[in-house]
Amino acid sequence: MAARTPGEVTAVVRATGVRRAFGPTVVLDGADLAIAPGEVVALLGGSGSGKSTLLRILAGLDPDATGTVTVPREHAVVFQEHRLMPWKRVADNVGLGITGRDAPGRIATALAEVGLADRARAWPAELSGGQSQRVAFARALVREPRVLLLDEPFGALDALTRLRMQDLFGRLRDRHGFAALLVTHDVEEALLLADRALVLEGGRIADEVTVDLDRPRDPDQPGFGPLRRRLLDRLGVPLGRSFE
Amino acid sequence: MTALANPAATTTATAARPARRRRLRWQRAVSPIAILILWEALSRGGVLPSDKLPAPSTVLRTGWRLTADGTLAAHLAESLTRAAAGLLIGGVAALVLGATAGLLRLGDDAIDPPVQMARMLPHLALVPLLIIWVGIGESMKITLVALGAFFPLYFNVYAGIRDIDERLVEAARTCGLGTWARLRHVILPGALPSLFLGLRLAIGAAWLSLVVGEQTNTQNGIGFLMMEAREFSQTDVVVVGLFVYAALGLLSDLLLRASERKALQWRRGLRAK
Repeated sequence: MAARTPGEVTAVVRATGVRRAFGPTVVLDGADLAIAPGEVVALLGGSGSGKSTLLRILAGLDPDATGTVTVPREHAVVFQEHRLMPWKRVADNVGLGITGRDAPGRIATALAEVGLADRARAWPAELSGGQSQRVAFARALVREPRVLLLDEPFGALDALTRLRMQDLFGRLRDRHGFAALLVTHDVEEALLLADRALVLEGGRIADEVTVDLDRPRDPDQPGFGPLRRRLLDRLGVPLGRSFE
Repeated sequence: MTALANPAATTTATAARPARRRRLRWQRAVSPIAILILWEALSRGGVLPSDKLPAPSTVLRTGWRLTADGTLAAHLAESLTRAAAGLLIGGVAALVLGATAGLLRLGDDAIDPPVQMARMLPHLALVPLLIIWVGIGESMKITLVALGAFFPLYFNVYAGIRDIDERLVEAARTCGLGTWARLRHVILPGALPSLFLGLRLAIGAAWLSLVVGEQTNTQNGIGFLMMEAREFSQTDVVVVGLFVYAALGLLSDLLLRASERKALQWRRGLRAK
């Protein structure tokens, strides 16, 4: 929260000159990005703009990208789909890769934080979509990440569940103070949750908006509308037309 | 999403099922019993000559006699040893090669094409060649069983590994799981349903290979018991042998299904409640 400008020395995540092409299609063409400790950055962009590609590169899932990327070891990823192992009970999914004597306690705490303490013994197939995604969040939280990488984590949920999950995300963030990169196509979601919103276009970060709104945020609060308009305008610009 | 929708659909179906299912089971026992009664009646009435097909009661009595004097147990032990040895050899080979081809690109290129080609040979037709290679003794029978078990298991291990959702592997990677941990927590449990299917097919093929193998130059085993009985026109012993083979197949299938139910509990998560 302290630092909001990219290029700050204390940045916890930094990407410089990231390039990625799929065959002849260049998706990322020298994207730069920096996230300060505890800062939530929303990454907006039209579909196919490469925002998920950039997140996958930061998560270390794309070995074919070039450029410099610094992400702390203590990072965790939440995908659009919950990606729980169907053959592991909820608690074992959360504890995947967690070792040590205190593991059961940490798993129980993480599950309690997402409100699923009583579902520890359930199989993923027994959970609803929202519950599954909460388990995915618990699986990320139990690692005590300094950075959370979120790839449209609320995108597959129904509208009501999405609102609840956004609320839950806000509370978890207040408690743990992790930094986060939130990939989304939903401008409103970006403005509700993020400290800063980036617009990815033409393979680079084309725009940056600091979201200086009081919390708790609400789409009706003053200042929300103009920011929303600005971002929507930015996203609605057809490729090739320039604002500069 | 489909994974969530499917179990939900099955629960609504099971709710209405139990009563109808019980009735169905009972109904399904009627025709086999009727056939047995008809068979017995035809034999006693002299329509079926006893040297062609003895009455079920005679078969039962012969079975009891062979069990009581220990003959059946001795031959059964021989047959089971052959089946176990062949299954073990063929099974381990299938697991190792199938996993190598499924997991490594190099393994896939090197192993899969020759296996796919060899699959086209009906392995039971290899008996003459096997006799030339390993003789007519015990090793021929075990090789035949191993070959029979190898192919179905290999293909299912290979397909099971290939069909694993790449996104789950990625999720495991982001949870910090290394290669061995991913194998243990993602690949192995993910391939387990296919592995069980392959094992069931492999055991079926193993019994079949055993039947064929035991009919050439054997001194013991269920197949020998049957061939010897044929020479003395003891049709009842031949039929007992057939039933023993059938029972072995049934029993192994039941055992495997029980362990499958236990190991794949997660698939029935919703129904178990």
